[in-house]
Amino acid sequence: MSRCDVASALVSSPGLPRSREGDPVFAEPWQAQAFALTVHLHERGLFTWTEWAQHLAHEVHRDGRAADASDYFDAWVAALTHLLIDKGVAEEGMVLALQQSWQRAAEATPHGEPIVLENDPQRCSTHQGV
Amino acid sequence: MEGELSVSGEHHDHDHDNHYSDMQARVRALETVLAEKGLIDPAALDVIVETYETKVGPRNGAHVVARAWSDPVFADWLLRDATAAIASLGYTGRQGEHMRAVFNTKDTHNLVVCTLCSCYPWSVLGLPPVWYKAPAYRSRAVIDPRGVLAEFGVTLPEGVNIRVWDSTAELRYLVVPQRPAGTEGWSETDLASLVTRDSMIGTGLLHRPEVST
Repeated sequence: MSRCDVASALVSSPGLPRSREGDPVFAEPWQAQAFALTVHLHERGLFTWTEWAQHLAHEVHRDGRAADASDYFDAWVAALTHLLIDKGVAEEGMVLALQQSWQRAAEATPHGEPIVLENDPQRCSTHQGV
Repeated sequence: MEGELSVSGEHHDHDHDNHYSDMQARVRALETVLAEKGLIDPAALDVIVETYETKVGPRNGAHVVARAWSDPVFADWLLRDATAAIASLGYTGRQGEHMRAVFNTKDTHNLVVCTLCSCYPWSVLGLPPVWYKAPAYRSRAVIDPRGVLAEFGVTLPEGVNIRVWDSTAELRYLVVPQRPAGTEGWSETDLASLVTRDSMIGTGLLHRPEVST
């Protein structure tokens, strides 16, 4: 099924839901997107496997995580966010502001049109040139 | 027949589909930050996403189809209330999203499209393939379904009707392909392994893997 052999080390991330064939499986598209984003950044050398594994383990074992690991990708995204913050690439307030900006943009976009950040009615006040 | 190519009538009131959950929005936000800093290559990222697109849900859909082939009671339920039947296997979509299963027969072939945008039953089929979102497929599937199918290598016998179903944000379709001949007595797992994503959109047919040569 895979056209190219995705030999990313991230496929062996602890706890990653996998099919019988060993491929990662996702419950929703954003999870695949988050996974792909992480694979891409790792391939580009933004962080090492060890750095990733440490951040992920920290988030997965945080108090309050679901016992059935149904929130595994929530932990995944939190780990990626914190890793980017540690690397000085992002900062919490900026990511949160952008997240809310995307949500307002989505609500403001008529169905059938692509959702773009520019559709956020408040964009100018919350996001002045990152 | 309410969903069958009523073209314009089905696409009203889509406003509520455009909602990002916190997690969806967070992933978009991270992408934005990284893109603005030039740390991601959007084209390369798309290729990776595509690699995984088949891994979100086609197996979910294949499970639904295999169950319908194996269990007439389930098939009947799927026909009457696909949303509930599919949810009983643990696959649920967004709130307010309903599923309808359309069954291929020897006389009728079903094909799914979303003419307006790219509504797609991702909970059972995963992320939509690139061609599904392309304007060419969206417009031509309605006007010339036979021509579109031919491009997918699908030629139907004369006399087989093609029904085109136009998806909406509220109602999405799963094609239940015909069970290939010679699979009597196969386990549900083996049957599921035969079911392709394209067959559940209607752009593919199923064959037994060891067809006599």
